[in-house]
Amino acid sequence: MPMPDWLSRLRERDVPAQDAALWIKCPSCGEMLYRKDLAANLSVCSKCQYHFRMSAYDRINSLVDDDFVEIGNEIVPGDPLEWIDKRSYREKLDGDRAKSNLSEAVVTGFGTLDGFAVALGVMDFSFRGGTMGTVVGERIAHLLEEARERRLPCVIFTASGGARMEEGMLALMQMAKTTQAVERFTSAGNLYVSVLTDPTTGGVSASFAFQSDVIIAEARASIGFAGRRVIEQTVRQRLPDNFQTAEFLLERGQIDLVVTRAALRDTLVRILDYAIDRRRTAPLLKAVPEFAF
Amino acid sequence: MNVIVERERPLAELEERIAALRARGTQTAADRSALDDDVRMLEENYRGLLRDLFGNLGAWERVNMARHPKRPIASDYLAAFDQFDELHGDRQFRDDPALVGGFAKLRGRRVMVLAQQKGRDTRENIKRNFGMVSPEGYRKATRLMRLADRFGLPIVTFVDTSGADPGVASEEHGQAEAIASALMALTKVCVPVVASIIGEGGSGGALAIALADRVIMAENAVYSVASPEGCAAILWGDAARAPEAAERLKLTSADLLQFDIVDEVVPEPLGGAHRDAVAFIERLLDAVDLSLRDLERLPAGDLRERRFSKFRRIGRWQEAHVPRVVAVP
Ligand SMILES: [Zn+2]
Repeated sequence: MPMPDWLSRLRERDVPAQDAALWIKCPSCGEMLYRKDLAANLSVCSKCQYHFRMSAYDRINSLVDDDFVEIGNEIVPGDPLEWIDKRSYREKLDGDRAKSNLSEAVVTGFGTLDGFAVALGVMDFSFRGGTMGTVVGERIAHLLEEARERRLPCVIFTASGGARMEEGMLALMQMAKTTQAVERFTSAGNLYVSVLTDPTTGGVSASFAFQSDVIIAEARASIGFAGRRVIEQTVRQRLPDNFQTAEFLLERGQIDLVVTRAALRDTLVRILDYAIDRRRTAPLLKAVPEFAF
Repeated sequence: MNVIVERERPLAELEERIAALRARGTQTAADRSALDDDVRMLEENYRGLLRDLFGNLGAWERVNMARHPKRPIASDYLAAFDQFDELHGDRQFRDDPALVGGFAKLRGRRVMVLAQQKGRDTRENIKRNFGMVSPEGYRKATRLMRLADRFGLPIVTFVDTSGADPGVASEEHGQAEAIASALMALTKVCVPVVASIIGEGGSGGALAIALADRVIMAENAVYSVASPEGCAAILWGDAARAPEAAERLKLTSADLLQFDIVDEVVPEPLGGAHRDAVAFIERLLDAVDLSLRDLERLPAGDLRERRFSKFRRIGRWQEAHVPRVVAVP
């Protein structure tokens, strides 16, 4: 299982037995949804198909056969600018670690999808808004390098508010670092699929999100470069509701596919099946033996 | 209002007085020498005032210096090249006047030049979209990078933009993809790439033409992950706190030299590049020229490898001890 036991235990203990803990209101249709049903339905509203944001480990759980080996989690953030605004950067990081149970805004590792061993990167919006600082850049680059060495395909799920301000230009430079890692990975002949989830913007969309061989977007995800509010302020008009949605981008030829969460795993497996000879895929722990124990 | 322009007001008065004194006719040699003494005294005051006003600039003052209406812009640098033949268009939709590119010769060397072009006045700024590049501009840049690579022409870029264009059309035409592809093209080229940050280096829109073997920065230019105004609006809901955000963002040339994001800083005349634009432009182009000479000496195959290691190293993080949790069913 991708989520360590202690982690899921922690989560259950944290939930107080109140209504709010059991039920959640769909922000799209207003339906009260039973949390356990919602989780079982991949966090998609059963009434209107609204896709709630998904945590990285839930996402990984929903994809892999049964095995996931996390790598790069020893890479953790520093505080290079000694940043303080209302709170210090260190305090913000501590807060996000506590509320998200993540060590950073991306989880990277190896897993199998219907028998295909893949390198998997999953961003999580609940950690600093999925912003890319040094650690996100470093983990993504590391993942692509490890995948390249093993000639494994790579699937990266993006969810990001852009570059992380609290790391200043060091954060922006991760666009260059990840671009170079993608270049080395794909020019060595490996398949790279990106899955853009809600929201994918800024420095992440302008680097590895849009540099893949196949770009999939999750239904109704908000995707773009500039933030919607920035654009509204610039043009001084209200933007149409579908502006910067996955469906809008598909119409304008920016992405390959829009897929609902329910169909996502099958879609990925079908694409892997076209690009990779199934007979050559090894069981995961044979592909990454040094990570076995 | 630009804080540097405000601060220059007393200087302008003094300049006028010096000029008026100089223009004055004199009768005798004694008058002449007394007048010279007065002029010298005023000039001494002027230099003192310059030092007082600009001797020690903070981050926000440098932001304003980078946005100064008289600061040299891309076209001023291009005019100092031996020759420049502009090439237009992305071959798909439009020519973007905010990004200028083409064949050029610099100190006798054949190069491909790419530059973000602001305007000198309101009319030109509207035409140039204030130097904010649209996807078409980045696609033109990508096309010219590949062309340069085919003919072994080094790529020389000038960065001066508050950021990529944040308009509706730019989003519709794929701003993110256009920037991502420009970054990818700069990663792939086998020719030397030298980028100069001459004014504002605004976020990903600036980096799109600055993934370079050597990054040169004018002393008072700024290069930032977000605009100070945008940063202040996000952090405090108050764009007026931009000066504070500017300090925090570490966007000055001295900061970026420390972080190895910039390789070389070209000093500006006291009071900013516009106070002696011609000499400053020559100095910056000298630095570009020298960088190209160094890079050309490297074996062709090494360039990409070095570019890779340069950016691969950038960043600061810590290493945690993590017990490896592997759950095998
Ligand atoms: Zn609903």
